[in-house]
Amino acid sequence: MRHTIVAFLSGLLFAIGLGISGMTNPSKVIGFLDFAGSWDPSLAFVMGGALLVNVIAFRLIMRRRSPLFAPSFSLPTRNDIDAPLVGGAALFGIGWGLGGFCPGPGLASAATLHVMPLVFVGAMTVGMLVYGLVMDRRAAASSPPGAVS
Amino acid sequence: MENFTPFASTIGGLLIGLAVAAMLLFSGRITGISGIYRGALTGDGGEGGWRFAFVGGLVVGGLLLALLYPGAFALPEGAPFDTGRSVAAVGVAGLLVGFGTRLGSGCTSGHGICGISRFSQRSIIATVTFMATGAVTVFLFNHVL
Repeated sequence: MRHTIVAFLSGLLFAIGLGISGMTNPSKVIGFLDFAGSWDPSLAFVMGGALLVNVIAFRLIMRRRSPLFAPSFSLPTRNDIDAPLVGGAALFGIGWGLGGFCPGPGLASAATLHVMPLVFVGAMTVGMLVYGLVMDRRAAASSPPGAVS
Repeated sequence: MENFTPFASTIGGLLIGLAVAAMLLFSGRITGISGIYRGALTGDGGEGGWRFAFVGGLVVGGLLLALLYPGAFALPEGAPFDTGRSVAAVGVAGLLVGFGTRLGSGCTSGHGICGISRFSQRSIIATVTFMATGAVTVFLFNHVL
C-alpha cells in the first residue's frame, strides 16, 4: 500500500512538473530539437532542473543501506554499450522528433482526450506489444527443440 | 527563441526531479516511464500495483493540468497539440517510441534523468543518441521535406 501511494503521488507530481516545464507541449519539444529554426532552449532547463536535484539526491539517498519502504534498491546493473541500446534510442529519437511526444508527456496529455496524444499513446502501446511479440518469437526460435521454456 | 521559458521550465524540471528522487528514496526504484508503462500494460503492476498507480498519477496529473492550466498543451497563440504534424505522422511516431524505448531499455526519464544522474555510460550514450536522431528528424521534417 505504501508503494502504491508513493507511486501515485510521484506520478502526479511528475505530470504537474511536465506541464509547468513545457514538456506536455509538443510544439516546444519540436522547437527544442529544431537547431536550424528558431531554437527554443527551454527543455534544456527542464533537464537541468531534474538533473540538479537527482545528481545530488541520488548520491545522498544511496548512502542509505535501503530505501525507506523497501528492503533494497532496485537499480539497473548493466554497463555495456550494445546495438539494441543504440538502435532503440535512435528509433525512439526519430519518433520523439516526429511527434513531439515522449512516453511521460504522452500519457499525461492523453487525459485531455485530444486526438493527438490518444493516437500517440495507442500507437506507443502497439509498438511496445510488437516488441514483446518479436522478442518472444526470437526466444522461441533460438531455444533448442524440446527445450522447456 | 520567442517561446523561451527558462523560469517555468526550470521549476517544472525541479518538480520532475523531486518526483524521481521520491521514488528512489521511498521505494528504491528508477523512474523510467517507458518501463513502468510496459509493466502496467503487460499486467506486471509490481508490489502493491505501484506501476498502475504511477501511470494513474500521471493521468490524474494530466487531468488537473487540463482543468487548471490548459496552456500546458499549446503555445500562447496556438491550438492544443498543433505542431503541424499529421495524425498519421503522430501514429508512426508512437510506434517508433514504443518499439524504440523497449529495444533501447528506456526513454527521456529513465535514461535522460535517472541514468545520467547515476553517471551511467549506457544512459549517456542513449540520451546523446535520441537527442541526435530527434534533431535530425526535426531538421528533415521542418526544413527539408
